[in-house]
This record gives sequence, C-alpha cells and structure tokens, in this order.
Amino acid sequence: MTSIGAFGSARSARPSGSGPEVSWLDVLDGGLLTTVQDLGRIGAQRYGVPVSGAMDPFALRAANRLVGNADGLAALEITLVGPDVHLSEDVTVAVTGADLAPHVDGAPLPMWQAVRVRGGSRLSFAGVRDGMRAYLAAAGGFAVPRVLGSRSTFTRAAFGGHEGRALRSGDRLRIDAAPVPAQPVTRRLLREAVPRYGHASSLRVVLGPQDDAFTEDGLATFLRETYTLTPQSDRIGCRFSGARITHRAGADIVSDGTAFGAVQITGDGLPIVLMADRGTTGGYTKIATVVTADLPRVAQSAPGHRVHFVAVTVAEAQCLLREQEQILDAISESAVEPDSAATVYEEDSASALLAGAFTAFAAALGTTTAAGARAAHIVRAPMPGLVVSVLVSPGEAVDEKQPLLVIEAMKMQNPVRAPRAGRIARTLVSAGDTVDTGRPLVEFETDRQEMGTPHDG
Amino acid sequence: MSVTPRLLAAGDRALVVEYGDAIAEPINARVRGLAALIERSAHPGLVELVPTYRSLMIHYDPLVVSPGELEAIVRDAAARLDEVAAPASRVVEIPTAYGGEFGPDLAAVAAHVRLSVDEVIATHAGGEYLVYMMGFMPGFPYLGGMSPRIAAPRMGTPRTVVPAGAVGIAGEQTGIYPMKSPGGWRLIGRTPVRLFDVTAPPPALVAAGDYVRFVPVSADEFHDLDRRVRVGAFSPTVRKRP
Repeated sequence: MTSIGAFGSARSARPSGSGPEVSWLDVLDGGLLTTVQDLGRIGAQRYGVPVSGAMDPFALRAANRLVGNADGLAALEITLVGPDVHLSEDVTVAVTGADLAPHVDGAPLPMWQAVRVRGGSRLSFAGVRDGMRAYLAAAGGFAVPRVLGSRSTFTRAAFGGHEGRALRSGDRLRIDAAPVPAQPVTRRLLREAVPRYGHASSLRVVLGPQDDAFTEDGLATFLRETYTLTPQSDRIGCRFSGARITHRAGADIVSDGTAFGAVQITGDGLPIVLMADRGTTGGYTKIATVVTADLPRVAQSAPGHRVHFVAVTVAEAQCLLREQEQILDAISESAVEPDSAATVYEEDSASALLAGAFTAFAAALGTTTAAGARAAHIVRAPMPGLVVSVLVSPGEAVDEKQPLLVIEAMKMQNPVRAPRAGRIARTLVSAGDTVDTGRPLVEFETDRQEMGTPHDG
Repeated sequence: MSVTPRLLAAGDRALVVEYGDAIAEPINARVRGLAALIERSAHPGLVELVPTYRSLMIHYDPLVVSPGELEAIVRDAAARLDEVAAPASRVVEIPTAYGGEFGPDLAAVAAHVRLSVDEVIATHAGGEYLVYMMGFMPGFPYLGGMSPRIAAPRMGTPRTVVPAGAVGIAGEQTGIYPMKSPGGWRLIGRTPVRLFDVTAPPPALVAAGDYVRFVPVSADEFHDLDRRVRVGAFSPTVRKRP
C-alpha cells in the first residue's frame, strides 16, 4: 500500500541519540468543536470551578498511553466533525474514541494504536462512522499553559486550553518534546477491547443520591423505559427524551454537589446526564449516577442514540472500573515490534475502508458526484441537529465555502458550507427540520465533473 | 452530642455526607467542620471535597480507597466534630456602588418593597451574609442572611448580559455575579472587586464559611477602585469575625 509511506518513518526513525524535539500542530480548519482537554481541573470545585476535561476519559487516557504519555497530558477532543491540521515534525500520535475516519495525507490512519507520522503531514477527518468524540494525543502532549493545574478548556468562562476556546483556523499548538525511543515501539489497544458505540446502549447506574425523591412508579419507569439523546446536549450535560419520571414532591432540592455522570431529573421528569463541564453544584434531584466504566458510552452518544438504564451496586460499579483499568494497563504492556505493527496496520485499514467506505464518503461534508458534463452534488448533514435557517435559494450561484444553511447542534449554530463553487439546484430541507447525519440538504450543480475524491487530503 | 450524618453514594467515586435538608448556619458549619477534619486525614484516596449548604461531597479514587475505608474515615470525623473548635470566620468587605448605572433595578426594588431607595441600601449594606457554599459559576457565593424586607422576585425575562461584579436580589437571596453572564436577578449595585481570577491562588475572593459585607461607595469611588483593581493595587478589607 502506498499509504504506508506516510507512516513509514516508524521504521526509519531518527538515529538514536538525537535529542527530543518540540514540534507544532497548525490548525487549517478547527472542525465543529475541537478543544484541548486533559483529565480535568481537580481541587477548585469548592470555588465553583467546573472540572471540565475529557468527556470520554477512557479514550483520552488510552490515547495518551498509546503514545507513551502520562494519563493526564493534554490531547485534542474532537467533536463529530474533525479538524484539518498540519504537523511540523515527525511525531507519534494516536487517535481514539469516536471513529471520525482519520486520515494522514489522504490515507486512512488506524485508530487505537500509536502511529509515527512524518513531519509535514496533514491530518484530517473524513466524517463520522461511529461515536461522537475522538481524541488525538501526540507524544509529549499539547503544551498549552496550565490554568488552576489543568490544561482543559472551559469555553463557558473562556479559560484553559488554547485561549479558553475551541480551535480555529490559524491556531498553532506546541507539542512538547518527547524522547524518541532508540528501539521504536508501537503500542495498540487489544482488538477485542476497541469500543463500538453504535446507536443504542445500556447504561449501568448506581441509584441515588436522591432516588428516594421519586415515586415507586417513577423509579420503575426510569429503569424500564428507553430514552433517546436529544440535540440539546453538550459538554455540560446529555439530555434525553422519553417517558416522564415522577417525583414524590417536586424536582427541587437544597443544592448539593454533582458527580460526573449524575442523572439529574428536572421538573419536566426527563433525565440529563451531567458531564465534564457540569456545574459543581446543582439544585435538582439526581436519581442515579452512571458508573465510570459506562461514561464513554454517554460521551460517545450522538443525538438519536437510545439508552436503557440498569441499576448496579457500588461494588459492581467499582469492579467494572477495575476491568477498564486492566484494559488500559494492557496498552502499556503491548509495545510491539514496528514490523508486526505495520502488518496490523494494513489489515486494519483495509477492513476499516471496506466497512466505512460509504459513510465516510457520504459524510465527507458530503459531496457525491454524478456522471455528466454538469455534475450534481448533494450536500449532506455533517451532524444531526435542527435546521435553523436556509441561506440560499434554487438558481443562486454560490462560491466555495459559502454558507448554505445553518444547523444547530450541541447548542451551537454550525454553518454548512458549499464544498466548491456552483449553482443551487434544489434545497431539500427547510428551517425547523430535524436532520440526521448524512441527510441530503442541498443539491447543487457545477459546470465540470470533479474527479477528485470528495475529501482532498 | 454528635449528630450522625446520612451517607449516600453518588456513583462509584463520590460520596455525599448529608446533615438533613435545611438551610441553616449550624448545619452548614457542621459540613465545613467535617470537611476540615476529613481533609486533615490526608488520605491519598481523597480527590476533592465540595462543601454545600447541608452536605459534603467527597470525590474519591476507588482504586486507592475502598468505600468501607472511606466510610470509616467519615464516621470517625463526624464523631469527633464536636470536640473541634470552629475556626474564626473572615468578613470580606465588598465596596458597592448602589443604584444608577450600577444598579438599574434599585428603584424598582424599592417600589416593590415600599421602602425608599436609601432604606433599601441601608438594609442591604447593614447585613453580614454567610457564604454557605460556592457554585453555579466559578467564584459565585451563595449568600444567606438577607433581610426579607428587601426581597424581590426575579426578572420575568432575564437579561442577556449582566456585567461582572453586579450585585443583585432574587427572592430572599442576594448575590454577586463573578463574571459577565446572562442573568435574571434584580440588579441593585455593582462592585469593582473581582470575585474570580483564574490566575490568583485561590481563584475565588471568598470561600464557604466566610461572611460578606457590602460597603456603599460613590460613583467616583467606584471608578477609582476600579482603576486600582485593574492594576492590582487594591485588595478588599478582610476582618476577623468575633
């Protein structure tokens, strides 16, 4: 495979003895919501400072361990629509979490394993295949300043991470120097441990602390019914719709602390799972708390994802947590010879390509090309959400990257842009429509057929 | 006599230690005292303690401390609580410009409670307010002890932007916005003092257990203090509470 070349430097690593080097990640396109995160800001909750950190701490820790970092180093959390970045020097990276079809210079990048990427490479994401949030770790870690002991971004108060905000075009992040092993090693997650997030999951919960604030029927409803993630979800909380859960005497309590994964039931009787950017305290009943081992399933749920809550004991939950730790520990011990890693890579990428080819291409912010002198292109929804406005009309000429419509997802307004210049043939949705990923939004025509792949790497 | 708290699991790595469900100073003092005692144990499995109105949330690492061991630490501390003298509280003075551009709702509040503007200011600035807990947003103190004589309902439609330092009333509560945010409190004044600064150790001006007193200042004094705050040449007066 020609693409091996992109990663080939694992075998032609710099001569041993040369010192570690600082390198840079330049952002060409920030994606939907790409932030620097670590394991969160610990110790300042008593001052009202949210923990923040990775929504899926397991995937972040796995990414760090794969590249030989300590668990708590900063990585990029990439939400649904990935960024487009340039790496200045040879660097070992790992992408974990959601499968957003990562590519290096146009060739698929295998996930859940360390890959040495050559300086000058461009890393991009073709589109979501599974999950919601991917993590990109680089050996050495992203060297943004620590704020209150953490590099995590808290966008609501605009501190931490890179300038307290999501990455955007023109940003430059420093990657700290990491020792380059004289004997190159390639770590990978055991294949059977690679998560598949899918469209439905069971979430194990420990009941309480306020399970006694619900009627027997309310508790039974919570544990019996299926709940669906709504687009009104973000890093603060994942909101679900479904059968109402009845309180004994109202949803308000005297405010108390909030744990990561707390299932808060407000006055409308519907669950909100409190996530990384949650407030440190809250005044609503919390019927249960999602176990730590299942937090990745919440973090990786896209709107429309269905869940079913299952009660377990604290002891069972902690047992699950230890199993998860063993999976992570197996990474550090899995250092394998680069040659066998390369073999693994070819196998992986081939199957990934087959499995994901359709969705990857359709979702590549998505153009499909029809035969003919005038080519019709369909622009598809890059994410599930609500169409808030359609900015173009049939017959209108559009420039490359011109916003065509705006989709609201995760409480943010996201413009969907023309992948190239052309003329609008039809609009296929209206303001107020709810759309799923891949739903055709706008059809437009160009004068000549484009032969390139939709995603030019 | 020691009071036995209720221990409630909040998942597999947080424990709630609860003393009833009332908002009252003695209960809140018990929560803070318990936090101080548990902190003194310096157990490596303790991650973070968050005191609130009537309960303490203990975030812990279950790989380092078992729930049984943690429970023993908590029960032991709870039993010794009455032997330990509470530390003296601090009173932090918050210079506040009332009314006008600083407190656009002051006149409406006065009209609502049928007092003069000066009476509302005197009542608000006459109290000492316990910081029961921090939360809602970084550096935000939940204050208790406002006179019900100046209670006023929230705005029907919250403002989209409330400036940092705004002092407001919502129901029987008063509060200070530590940072610019949307909000529905009736704004009666504003302080130039920063309640939250990520670069300061600790990042919040006040902590649970402190008291806050509002000290009226003129518009000129506000602007002068504001300049001094900006160059780091002002820190609010802090007194020990007898």
